[in-house]
Amino acid sequence: MHYIDDYRNNDHIQALVRAIEKEAVHSWQIMEICGGQTHTIARYRIEEMLPPAIRLLHGPGCPVCVTPEGTIDMALEIAALPNMIFTSFGDMMRVPGSKTDLLQLKAKGADVRMLYSPLDAVKLAGDHPEKEIVFFAIGFETTAPVYLTALKEAERRKLENFSLLCSLFAVPPAIEMILNQPDSHVNGFLTAGHVCAITGNEAYKQLAVKYKRPMIVTGFEPADLLFGIYKCILQLEQGIARLENAYKRVVSEKGNPAARKLMEEMLEPVDKEWRGIGQISLSGFALQEKYAQFDAVKKFSEYVKIAVSTGKNDENRCIAGEIMKGNSQVSDCPYFGTVCNPEHPLGAPMVSAEGVCAAYYGVGG
Amino acid sequence: MCLAIPGRIISIDETIPELKMAKVDFGGIVKPICIQWLDVGIGDYVLAHAGMAISQLDEREAEQTLNDFDTIARSIDN
Repeated sequence: MHYIDDYRNNDHIQALVRAIEKEAVHSWQIMEICGGQTHTIARYRIEEMLPPAIRLLHGPGCPVCVTPEGTIDMALEIAALPNMIFTSFGDMMRVPGSKTDLLQLKAKGADVRMLYSPLDAVKLAGDHPEKEIVFFAIGFETTAPVYLTALKEAERRKLENFSLLCSLFAVPPAIEMILNQPDSHVNGFLTAGHVCAITGNEAYKQLAVKYKRPMIVTGFEPADLLFGIYKCILQLEQGIARLENAYKRVVSEKGNPAARKLMEEMLEPVDKEWRGIGQISLSGFALQEKYAQFDAVKKFSEYVKIAVSTGKNDENRCIAGEIMKGNSQVSDCPYFGTVCNPEHPLGAPMVSAEGVCAAYYGVGG
Repeated sequence: MCLAIPGRIISIDETIPELKMAKVDFGGIVKPICIQWLDVGIGDYVLAHAGMAISQLDEREAEQTLNDFDTIARSIDN
């Protein structure tokens, strides 16, 4: 397919691997923060192509995995209300709350539907004026403005039966949290290309300077990832730390101005809990007060318990938090593939296809 | 979650000015995609995420990256 096949081409992949072998003199640890990239790395076994001195760390790049258990419990309470059609992307259906998950609730008769786009939920709201339609709005900066466009459309159509249950995360504060750890292991970052396609690169430019770490805007095909790793190693070996764009066919410096404008006009930054990691200051987004009528938590507040942050990892034995902070690898986990598997997950990253544990489980560990 | 796929615009529907839609061909599968955030036309390639076109593919930059790969390949043979 155009714009895909060339970046999966084996000649390019082999050339980039040899170039990395040639340039990498020292040991370096490089982190990606995007579940899609983690998935490509696992699927194409990119770590096995790299010299042993180069280690890839898998950051908190899966918004499904970092959505707190309390938020999922709220989703389950809302989804169980009468006269409700609860909608979500497929990834979220099997992620466990404290007692059950959306798929089990659906099996018991709740009207829970998997949709491809939040715009489809607006259509559903128009088609079913007698029902309440809630979309489980989970994601990073890539997806946040898509929900806002859906909300604007619901507003334009005067649909009062549409609302969003938001669990929206910002990536740069998570990078800061990782680098502020006293013993951070991460030498450089591959920044998520599709997040940058919306936000642009400025925040990462500043992080590169502040923390003296290379930040490489990176794409999602295997050659894209190797190109990002190659550029990161070139900088590390030369003692340089700056932003570099290795995904220019998609990401422009300023990102997507229309999407950014929606985010500025409709969202506000809030403190946010990341499942397995804990609270990170101003690392999330909430709808501004003027859109309260579209905020499912406010709309159904008399029926649901507001999630209280537990602050810490809720699955005692799961080490996903340490993996996502760059302090452990999947191979360090004694439960991976045995006690913990996609049928019986100990933690969320084993459930979502883009969770780091599920990604490695899917390709045989 | 942030998965986004490139596809080619084959038709545009501007009936609703606040919600411009396009039919986008993803290697044979055609889907309706909202193009409200971009200034694009028929034949352009866009990257679609969750029903929304988030970016227009830049053909010149795509070529340049492939040239960079070739340059890297030549440099290691020298």
